[in-house]
Amino acid sequence: MLEIGLSHYLSVAAILFTLGLFGIFLNRKNVIIILMSIELMLLAVNINLVAFSTHLNDLVGQIFAMFVLTVAAAEAAIGLAILVVYYRNRGSIEVEDVNVMRG
Amino acid sequence: MIVQALAFYMFSLVAIAAGVLVIASRNPVHSVLFLILSFFNAAGLFVLMGAEFLAMVLVIVYVGAVAVLFLFVVMMLDINYVELRRGVLQYLPIGAFVGLLLLAELLVVLSGWVVLPQAASLAAAPIPPLDQVTNTEAIGRILYTDYFYLFQTAGLILLVAMIGAIVLTLRKRPGVRRQKIADQLDRKASDAIEIVKVTTGSGI
Repeated sequence: MLEIGLSHYLSVAAILFTLGLFGIFLNRKNVIIILMSIELMLLAVNINLVAFSTHLNDLVGQIFAMFVLTVAAAEAAIGLAILVVYYRNRGSIEVEDVNVMRG
Repeated sequence: MIVQALAFYMFSLVAIAAGVLVIASRNPVHSVLFLILSFFNAAGLFVLMGAEFLAMVLVIVYVGAVAVLFLFVVMMLDINYVELRRGVLQYLPIGAFVGLLLLAELLVVLSGWVVLPQAASLAAAPIPPLDQVTNTEAIGRILYTDYFYLFQTAGLILLVAMIGAIVLTLRKRPGVRRQKIADQLDRKASDAIEIVKVTTGSGI
């Protein structure tokens, strides 16, 4: 219990990942919360990578976590830009309105 | 050892509680603030694991850039958030089912594996002892040599994201008068002023 090992970190990451997934289901309408949930999931993945990196004494996991961080930042920027454009065109950010473009 | 355990439980409990509040709070501004709290505590976990550089990068990139971006967008859009919360409970059962299923699977996977004894010798880039090389320097040493092309590609991804975000949100609104500096500079006195000889008493 007091000896903090790999499985403790993996449990935290698993719980955070599940919370992210649950958030996507729960906030089906609000795209902003969905984007935040995706960020939570990526954070959980990063915790996993760093935990394994520490446990296996291999620095490559941390390098990879940094690339994940880069992609997450780019994704957030592009996602929010699309959200702003969508709001301008539609006046709402409900996911259920997205199918209005169907031919 | 006990300090490390206490710090771990504090950081992880606060991170998870903040994660719950991110998806559960009614006001998206509160969600963003709890997201920041969650990231801060994840950075604390990174420090506990010995990845100081990544912890600081997490604070700078997420709290300093991404969370502020979220905050900007949440406050910029004029949305009735009460309306968006309507029908949340409709998806609660299926969401809880899938979430609990995934959590159970992850925890089952967690308990049923062992690390190979020779795994330690398979490390591609072993972490050097901390008293000789700091974490930041160790990352820099292999990031700028072995992973140089990937590093450049990451920069390219950020460039593309920046250009994409600008192109997506740039718009020309009709009916808005803007200052046209080129036209202003292009103007000559002969275009703008006309000198008229006025004879006394007749007017123009």
